[in-house]
Amino acid sequence: MTESDQQIVARLRNVSRRYEMGGETVYALRDFTFDFKQGEYWAIMGPSGSGKSTLLNLLSCIDRPSTGSYEIRGREVSDLTDNDISALRGQELGFIFQSYNLIPQLDVIDNILVPVIYQDDPIPNARERAIELAERVGLAGRLHHRPNQLSGGQQQRVAIARSLINDPAMILADEATGNLDSQTAKEILDLFDELHASGKTILLVTHEQEVGNRAEHILRLKDGYILSVNDVPHAQTSGADPR
Amino acid sequence: MNSLWRTVRLGVSSLLLHKLRSFLTTLGVLFGVASVVAMLAVGEGASEKAQDQIRQLGSRNVILHSIKPQQEAVSDEQTRILSYGLTRADFERISTTFPGILRTVPVLAAAQEVRVGAKSCRPKVLCTTPSYQDVVGRLLSAGRFILPQDEAALSLVCVLGYDVARYLFPFENALGQRVRIGAHYFDVVGVLIPRGPLGASLANPSSEAGGEIFVPLETGRSYFGERQTTIRSGSRDIQEVQLHEIIAEVGTDEDVPFVAAACRAMLVREHEDKDYEVMVPLELLMRAKETQRIFSIVLASIAGISLLVGGIGIMNVMLATVTERTREIGIRRALGARRHHIVVQFLVETTVLSGCGGLAGVGIGLLIPMIIERFADMETKVSPISAVLAFGISMAIGVVFGLYPAWRAANMDPVEALRHE
Repeated sequence: MTESDQQIVARLRNVSRRYEMGGETVYALRDFTFDFKQGEYWAIMGPSGSGKSTLLNLLSCIDRPSTGSYEIRGREVSDLTDNDISALRGQELGFIFQSYNLIPQLDVIDNILVPVIYQDDPIPNARERAIELAERVGLAGRLHHRPNQLSGGQQQRVAIARSLINDPAMILADEATGNLDSQTAKEILDLFDELHASGKTILLVTHEQEVGNRAEHILRLKDGYILSVNDVPHAQTSGADPR
Repeated sequence: MNSLWRTVRLGVSSLLLHKLRSFLTTLGVLFGVASVVAMLAVGEGASEKAQDQIRQLGSRNVILHSIKPQQEAVSDEQTRILSYGLTRADFERISTTFPGILRTVPVLAAAQEVRVGAKSCRPKVLCTTPSYQDVVGRLLSAGRFILPQDEAALSLVCVLGYDVARYLFPFENALGQRVRIGAHYFDVVGVLIPRGPLGASLANPSSEAGGEIFVPLETGRSYFGERQTTIRSGSRDIQEVQLHEIIAEVGTDEDVPFVAAACRAMLVREHEDKDYEVMVPLELLMRAKETQRIFSIVLASIAGISLLVGGIGIMNVMLATVTERTREIGIRRALGARRHHIVVQFLVETTVLSGCGGLAGVGIGLLIPMIIERFADMETKVSPISAVLAFGISMAIGVVFGLYPAWRAANMDPVEALRHE
């Protein structure tokens, strides 16, 4: 597959996000232009306040850019209504959070099924697929456990299965290994490798170099600007220059 | 349907996470609904009873009573005579000149002691004509009522009311027995059934207020007279009343007010003193219905206030829940939930809360009238509509008071919600 053949999943053009704080305008992201393509595995890195979380919020459409244009699979997000954006989030994006963010009163299967219940056109055999995903992430024996009966690593596996249930175009992971011990973190990163190998687009926000090195490419931010874009040398890249 | 069921299940499981809080929240609605159902049942029962009693007087009847006027009796040194009340002339005028009247019944009450062996009582001894039975709608359990020939022959016959018969002849059939009324013996030719349900009467036949005995008017007039004498130390009080009651049966409901007005006008013209009273059961019935309506409005207001308090309780708890579950709302929004999904989720929870409270309230509300009937000997009447209505209102309370918390939850900024600790 050549670069030109690669489908662009997320296209950002001159995107800025600013906040008014105490009468002052603060830019969290400035003039950001970038394309994320199908099947890429990106680590987004940078120090605190560099704009990583803002970028992730914009990519996940839970926040809107102050200026600029953002397209997901060719659909301009700023043209969409709140309902359309919610539907888009459910269909095209999978989320993995640092603190897992499972719903405490639901068991593993029902947590995995949460993105399905909000779909106008839910996937067929959703329950079977949820069980299959739970087994795939290593939770076969814990399908009816609630989050408080699971370890941190197991909860993150539930979150990964949940992010995959609607077969999204892009998986956004925010410090997904931040709360895990090194062994569990390695297991989770191995899972990401598997997902990447199966053709998923993954955007992983992290401040840990070791975690970043597991990705295909690293995008570094500083003060809201792109500082650098690198390929990770040991990784198997699926294309040359990502832009 | 499936997704609604899932939302309801989720709502219930969320509520079960805080069982005590959910239970306490439902109490407000529970007491509100229970009080509505129970109060309406008690009110309806009391009103029904009052309306039944009025109906028993005959809704098409106009009843004229003699009442003792507020005036000094005509007196000499030893004897004071007070002559008052309805007269035979009044009866004649009403019977012969008023249009719209089907029948008129005169009643003369005699204050006589009734005795059988060692047993005695002082019921109302009512001297009247045969048509009394039809006009007032009294039914016989045995024998017959007064006949025209009893009147003509001045027969010494009587018809006992249920209470009197039960009191004087507890273990034997009263029919054919003899009772002494005053100084004369009368044959019992009939026994009436009680006005209320059989066996429910609690009237005391030994008092003048409880129990009735009917004798032919002319017999009563001949043997007991129209004068009632009370002997005190050194003087005699004599009350002279020609008729204690005149009952006029009117042909149609529409004519009742006109006949009542004509009677009042005639009595005002013919009587110097206000020694009469005109009672119109239809008017009383209307008044009782109006009172019932006002009572219902008052009850509804009280119930409304208690349900309002319950609703505010629900809203308060739901607002706290929304704050507590801010992060969950953020997660759901991030995973594709639209605003209306969040609204529905919280509305389902408030509706489940208020619905459970309403259901339990209806149950308790149905139980309270049974307890009241059992222990307070009051009639109650549970109307299914009131139970359905109270439950419906409780559900509506859940929706109305859940809307604001749900709206607040749905309008949270997902970014902020996800940051919430």
